[in-house]
Amino acid sequence: MAWRDDWRRVRAIVWKDLTTEGRSKAGFNSVAALGVTILVLFGFALGPDAQALRDAAAGALWLAVLFAGVLAFNRSYQVELESGALEPLLLYPGARWTIFAGKLLANCIFVGLMLVIVVLVGIVLFQVRVPAAWPQLIGVLALGSIGLVSLGTFYAAMASRSRAREVLLPLLLFPMLVPVLLAAMSASKALLTGDLMHEASAWMRMLVAYDVIFVVAPLLAFEHVIEV
Amino acid sequence: MSSAARVDIAIDAQGVARRFGARWVLRGVNLQVRPGEMVGLLGANGSGKSTLLRILATLLKPSAGGALVYGHDVVKRPDDVRRHIGFLAHSPGLYDDLTARENLQFAASMLGLERPDLDAALDRVGLSHVRDERVRGFSAGMQRRLSLARLVLANARVLLLDEPYSNLDVAGIALMNELIGESVAGGGAALVVLHELAPAAGLLDRTITIREGRIADDDDDAFLEPEALAAAGER
Amino acid sequence: MTAPAPAPNDLPRPGYWPWFGAFAFLFIVATQATGLVTSIPDRDMGDLQKIMYVHVPAAWIMSLTFAVVLWYSFLYLWKQRENDDLKAAAAAEVGSAFCGLTLILGMIWGRPAWGVWWAWDARLTSTLVLFLIFVGYLAMRAFVEDPHRRAQWSAAVGIMGAINVPIVYMSVRWWRTLHQVQSSPATVDSWYVFNLRANAFAFLFVMIYFIRQRYVAARYERAAELAVQAVALGRD
Repeated sequence: MAWRDDWRRVRAIVWKDLTTEGRSKAGFNSVAALGVTILVLFGFALGPDAQALRDAAAGALWLAVLFAGVLAFNRSYQVELESGALEPLLLYPGARWTIFAGKLLANCIFVGLMLVIVVLVGIVLFQVRVPAAWPQLIGVLALGSIGLVSLGTFYAAMASRSRAREVLLPLLLFPMLVPVLLAAMSASKALLTGDLMHEASAWMRMLVAYDVIFVVAPLLAFEHVIEV
Repeated sequence: MSSAARVDIAIDAQGVARRFGARWVLRGVNLQVRPGEMVGLLGANGSGKSTLLRILATLLKPSAGGALVYGHDVVKRPDDVRRHIGFLAHSPGLYDDLTARENLQFAASMLGLERPDLDAALDRVGLSHVRDERVRGFSAGMQRRLSLARLVLANARVLLLDEPYSNLDVAGIALMNELIGESVAGGGAALVVLHELAPAAGLLDRTITIREGRIADDDDDAFLEPEALAAAGER
Repeated sequence: MTAPAPAPNDLPRPGYWPWFGAFAFLFIVATQATGLVTSIPDRDMGDLQKIMYVHVPAAWIMSLTFAVVLWYSFLYLWKQRENDDLKAAAAAEVGSAFCGLTLILGMIWGRPAWGVWWAWDARLTSTLVLFLIFVGYLAMRAFVEDPHRRAQWSAAVGIMGAINVPIVYMSVRWWRTLHQVQSSPATVDSWYVFNLRANAFAFLFVMIYFIRQRYVAARYERAAELAVQAVALGRD
């Protein structure tokens, strides 16, 4: 019974976040455009040598997703803060973790869609040869995004309501994301270059472990950071 | 303070104090509201009325002191308090890119209502004709009516209303009073921040004035006649 | 309901702490002197090796402060006592100082050893990441004024950061080892190890004393705030 109520709340938040985001497409479009712009700038920094571009493609891609994603995380709470909707949201009785779970799922979908655009553009710009192991590559993209989005959604709950939110979110978030970025970049790079050292699966196991820890921990801690 | 002994009191605030940075907005407020009472909260801008209301609604924690709502401690048992209160803030708290009906649908899902009668709630506040329009185009009064519809859905025992009459037309004021009246008649209670007494004159049981974070006068037990209320409004 | 404001005599009393502080500092002077004087210069590194008597204990104790932050953050969320938040913050400040010390000494050692100030060595790199996590924690405390909110958020950020410590270390090590062979120290003699351990204890005592002093200072700051509160509430 309680679980059905909780699940209903999670679904309601996912639906609400995605519907509002979908109706004002400006948000998604500008975040995706920023991701592409960052890729282009990395191209200038690293190119035009094709081999150098290919070597750096995995790193550039993840950093583009990271920088664009940070904007999405703050936006997710901005929608609540603008019209004073956070207060009614906090006044609904019931478990608070459902708010986090809903926002996490909605942000995963948001970042996932952005990832599709950024990856396709990245493949073209960085002259990447799509490897035979592309299903694993998609797995790495998904696992990496979950870790990124979970901590991003969690820290944005604090940063978006503090002074200096623009600087506080990256300052808190980026060092925390070092393991997930290292693992995702290394696994992507290994897969793109044929995984000769068979290291991709080790990195993917690390991503799974990181995701489990940093989805569960924010779910448990969210109640404490959102209430005040 | 044992919670069981005080359930006959809807709102029981003891020494509630709150500061923002170095500024003390509330400096120890004691206040009781009994079931069936509608109490008006008066005071100049910045006197701490809204802060008190938000503490009672579990949105802010008191820096000192505490309060019970139907015996539930607002600091220790906020979730139990939330099941009893309906809070109306200054801001409508609606999503601009959702339609009126979608906003209510979201509220109903979050409240855990199985089969909410959204159309009845919209009808009640007179928004049936714009139910599928986005809130972005609504006037302030229409947005306030939609917040009211959310209050209707929640069906709360204690109403905490922050200047509920602002932006409402005559029909809207009548609607607001009807809702408050129903809640209070059903054993609920209402604590209403007012900046003018006229719209609530017929309903108010008493008023409390807050001045510089403290209760200035509490004419408890005194039923106010319309003339006295008008005088209180001018003070 | 919120507990009444503590009376001034609730403030931490010095007790034996000044003696402990004196002992800690004498102890560290003694162990450092022993390490510097008695150890023979390293075959490859010469006297530079002796920087390890500061660098290694500082690194060990720095990781210990993370555990202290984690412990008091949990305790705060569990018991909601403000003092635990102040203790966690004190440990984080001392930890970041030790962390910075570890980094600088590591770089000073790395310049002659590797020929560069920074070699993306696994330990040094993960220490840098931990330092940045500490910096984020302390910056957030500075940005949040409301004491309750600051305590809640700090506890959450502190716990997340502490959980991440072993993960960061592992990921950075894998990142290094999978690409390059890690340089490992050659044989170490037992007198050197003994000196390291003695210095580690000295650093531990200094850490405890520092955290205690920082905590006492934070308590006095809070007491001053509460005195202002009492006046504002007319309870003077």
